[in-house]
Amino acid sequence: MKRIDHAEGSSRFIKAKDHIEFHDKRLWDLRKKRDRETEAMPEWEELRSLASAIKEHTLTHLADYLEEFERNATKNGVTVHWARDAAEHNAIVFGILDAKRARTLVKSKSMLTDECDMRPFLETRGIKVIETDLGERIQQLDDEPPSHIVLPAVHKLRTDVARVFAETLGTDPTNSDVHYLAESQRSTTRPDFLTADAGMTGANFAVAETGSVVVCTNEGNADLSVHLPKLYIASIGIEKMLPRIEHLGVFIRMLSRSALGSPITQLTSHFRVPRAGTEMHIVLVDNGRSERLGMDDFWYSLKCIRCGACMNTCPVYRRSGGLSYGGTYSGPIGVIIDPTFNLRKYSALPFASTLNGSCTSVCPVKINIHEQIYKWREIIAERNQLPIAKKEAMRMAGKVLGSPKLYRAAVEAAGAGVAHLPRFMMYSRLNAWGRQREVPQAPPATFRQWYLANRGKKKGGSR
Amino acid sequence: MSSRDEILGRVRKNQPAPQPLPKLPAFDREIKAPLAIFKANLLRMGGKFVEVPASGSITAALRSLFPAAKVFCSAVPEFAGSRPIGQVRAPADLHDVDVGIVRAVYGVVETGSVWLTDREFKVGALGFLAQHLVVLLDPAELVPTMHHAYRRRADFDASYGVFMTGPTATADIEGVLIHGAQGIRSLTVIPLPV
Repeated sequence: MKRIDHAEGSSRFIKAKDHIEFHDKRLWDLRKKRDRETEAMPEWEELRSLASAIKEHTLTHLADYLEEFERNATKNGVTVHWARDAAEHNAIVFGILDAKRARTLVKSKSMLTDECDMRPFLETRGIKVIETDLGERIQQLDDEPPSHIVLPAVHKLRTDVARVFAETLGTDPTNSDVHYLAESQRSTTRPDFLTADAGMTGANFAVAETGSVVVCTNEGNADLSVHLPKLYIASIGIEKMLPRIEHLGVFIRMLSRSALGSPITQLTSHFRVPRAGTEMHIVLVDNGRSERLGMDDFWYSLKCIRCGACMNTCPVYRRSGGLSYGGTYSGPIGVIIDPTFNLRKYSALPFASTLNGSCTSVCPVKINIHEQIYKWREIIAERNQLPIAKKEAMRMAGKVLGSPKLYRAAVEAAGAGVAHLPRFMMYSRLNAWGRQREVPQAPPATFRQWYLANRGKKKGGSR
Repeated sequence: MSSRDEILGRVRKNQPAPQPLPKLPAFDREIKAPLAIFKANLLRMGGKFVEVPASGSITAALRSLFPAAKVFCSAVPEFAGSRPIGQVRAPADLHDVDVGIVRAVYGVVETGSVWLTDREFKVGALGFLAQHLVVLLDPAELVPTMHHAYRRRADFDASYGVFMTGPTATADIEGVLIHGAQGIRSLTVIPLPV
């Protein structure tokens, strides 16, 4: 399996100047909206602690809660299936559809079905799959994976969408008015809702006490996918369990505030019992989660509620775009989840971070994301998964940082270098730090030179 | 071994040391003028709030709110409409409804949300296929926060239940907010005691 080259992927995104500027601004705007919401709630930090503790309790009693959920869902008239991995999940979904001779499937956004690569699997078996979330539909029609877990097409501009829709939906290629584009998707998807054989959603939460599936959306497409067809399938990762209904209060208050800076999603839907004359199936999916639960440093990532706040705040994500991560999950949460699926393939991702810790401080369920990123770096170095250039640079850095004398000499030389090196050497292919940025002017003296001149001579100057 | 037993076995084996379940605080608070705050939050989420004078009729109010609408489908006794919900055979029959009318069980002040279940909708698709939705709400039926809503445990025995907050919306293209994504284009709350 080829290693994902995050830096290479980013450089492609960075070349499109309009795109990267808009992307950066749009996501930072969401971060600011989130801040306004959370700062208006005196109990925000209390909610974070509660959310983290509820998730940790649930995950440390997960087998019992899964059994309770299965019992209650079964009592509700729902058929519960269990899938070890992506392949079994896809086979189960196809089996359910095929048993009902279902040939068309309308579905709402689900990171899990993306993780399982379900769409191509069903399509090669003659199932027409229609993504109905606007952003996810844009990505489906453009044959690209989502680049953000909440905003699948956030890396695209309206002109890109106009091109995709003109090629696939037959809209006017010169009209990139956002209302026109959204209305075009609404009117072309509506007939699919009315006639589809089956509907599908993911889940934001699954409640053990009642067997309920809770789906938080804004567009109305998830509810349309459930309320119209005679067959409904929900795919749920086993980590989505919550013990009781009352716990939803904590999470629903935090999810959309963290994700979009709105107090709640337009719709918070609770599906429990299939309506008369229809079938409801739930597929509980492991796909590596039970293994992750046993990883001392990394099981906390299972607390994730997929709000995307860590992505919106991350300076690396905002300037490199989700597609550069090459995995289903991108941004800081992707950096710590993707390597559990394939360490070699995703071994470059933990280095796509400044370790500034901003992801950790905005996480509503208090996942120590930046600490886990650091831990992954250690594991990747130990298992010899570092690329040669990085390994050599780290070896040199280790030597220099380990010796005060060498360090001083290096700092002085670097300062002199920035001041005196010709541009063609500073901004060449060999110096990664000189790409896409101007290196700041070095101050006339290093801190140590300044300290020795101004403070160093004071006798017993310490107080 | 079945996948079920294999997954549960591996989960049991790998579960970290048990952590306690925290007790939830009440998050009680005194809210002055809850209806005014509910209204402000509903408007913020793109919803509308229309008061009908005690002397006026609901029918007249609905006709004036939606002068161009042809098909009104009502799930409330206060208004007959033109498409009786009881005669709907399949959910897709509601595809041409201009305005749906339902009564919410209660509202949530914190968010401007209304709680509706399959019992109120009669046909769940009414809340999503209609172009516009009008929601009657008893102004006495308000809870302060989502915590209070989720403590009404019996409500969640409904086969289907939803907190609706304003109309359906999307900002998936360049963050431009559009009301009327895939479902209802507008949501109007009318305060009206039962």
